[in-house]
Amino acid sequence: MLETEFDTSTPNRLIWRVVEIAKIVDETPTVKSLVLDVPGWPGHQPGQHVDVRLTAEDGYQAQRSYSIASEPEIARLMLTVELIEGGEVSPYLTSDVRPGDKFELRGPIGGYFVWTVAIGGPLFLVAGGSGIAPLMSMLRYRVAAKCTTPTLVLYSSRTYEDIIYREELDQMAARNDGLTVTYTLTRRQPPGWTGGARRIDRSMLASAGPSVIARPKIFICGPTSLVESAAQSLLEVGYERNLIKTERFGPTGA
Amino acid sequence: MTQPPIARGFRGRRPDGPTDRLPPGQYLTSGFPVLSAGPTPHTDLESWSFSVYDGDIALADWSWFEFEALPQTSVKVDIHCVTKWSKLDTHWQGVTIDTLLDAAGLSEPPTPFTMIRSDGDYSTNIPVQDLIGGKAMVATRYEGEPLAPEHGGPARLLVPHLYFWKSAKWVRRLQFITSDKPGFWEELGYHIYGDPWREQRYAGD
Repeated sequence: MLETEFDTSTPNRLIWRVVEIAKIVDETPTVKSLVLDVPGWPGHQPGQHVDVRLTAEDGYQAQRSYSIASEPEIARLMLTVELIEGGEVSPYLTSDVRPGDKFELRGPIGGYFVWTVAIGGPLFLVAGGSGIAPLMSMLRYRVAAKCTTPTLVLYSSRTYEDIIYREELDQMAARNDGLTVTYTLTRRQPPGWTGGARRIDRSMLASAGPSVIARPKIFICGPTSLVESAAQSLLEVGYERNLIKTERFGPTGA
Repeated sequence: MTQPPIARGFRGRRPDGPTDRLPPGQYLTSGFPVLSAGPTPHTDLESWSFSVYDGDIALADWSWFEFEALPQTSVKVDIHCVTKWSKLDTHWQGVTIDTLLDAAGLSEPPTPFTMIRSDGDYSTNIPVQDLIGGKAMVATRYEGEPLAPEHGGPARLLVPHLYFWKSAKWVRRLQFITSDKPGFWEELGYHIYGDPWREQRYAGD
């Protein structure tokens, strides 16, 4: 088939691009961020994800999806990868890769779990573990766009050391531009901890979230159990079903 | 077509199971991951119904009690999610679309396309040919148990030969439409048809 003919028939087809790792950031003991050079990247909206494809020497390939953690305003793409014990791809991406390594990627994918200034606010972002990644794209975009939409973040991690992007989140909150970040630590809390000390529940959502009357746009991302229970609790508190968007993360079994 | 770069030191974990049952780009899982766009609807069985429409005209409607009384079919199938996981040998029970059309008094489908509609404003488009001839059912049991809400209960469509987003959760209506048009995910860049064996994940694949 002629290339031109192909392009005309499928103008929006997502092509595989060869990307190069520019930088690797140690986020937590089990989480790394890969900063990628992506030639020809068409841009993305905060909240979208990509497919990654690794090819072994004998041609065997594995694909996985990862959320984009970077804002659309910067040229490089950041993916944040959590090590899943016994996983196939995440152990490789969190321990074997080095800057300069190349693999394939295509995207952006997904147009539902997306927030832009045009969608408006207030915003209520609820995250568990590495589920913060697509929400971080929204938060970084919010800063880059100099947007002051009132935004409340409730972020659950196991321990203090497991909080991803903690310094950056704290710096963002210190800008006093309408962002409040509430952490909760489910497993262990450091001495003097003033944040939450249990799993996200109904009363925590009610106190950390915007008023129901303000009709906040809500995005929840994390493991299925957290997303299921948070979404259900938010409905019980009185938030509107059609303003709650969910994305589920984490291991998918063996 | 240029060769993809070799991921230095990446070996991958080859599937233990039968690879001829694994479509391209998929991996096997023994879990049953949950993916959905919003909060899980919890529809009680008293207010549940399933209906068949031709455009805007209702052709048939069953309460839960009536639906449960329709002839039941059990299947063992492999399922393939567009997010890359596949699960082999899953057991489902429900009412085939053939049985539903019979019960609705339709000797043949009125149009070649359908829009499947669910609680939570979810929809997906499927050609009629992919629903009849024993290819699809409205499933109410999974592994012998009532289907859990997070997996689409009380009833979900089961069209195992297409990517699993086509097997709409919380299904309530089969609507015959005259021309094919995109449903919820298809509108958002996912493939209009979604054949896992041709890796039709996204528009244009």
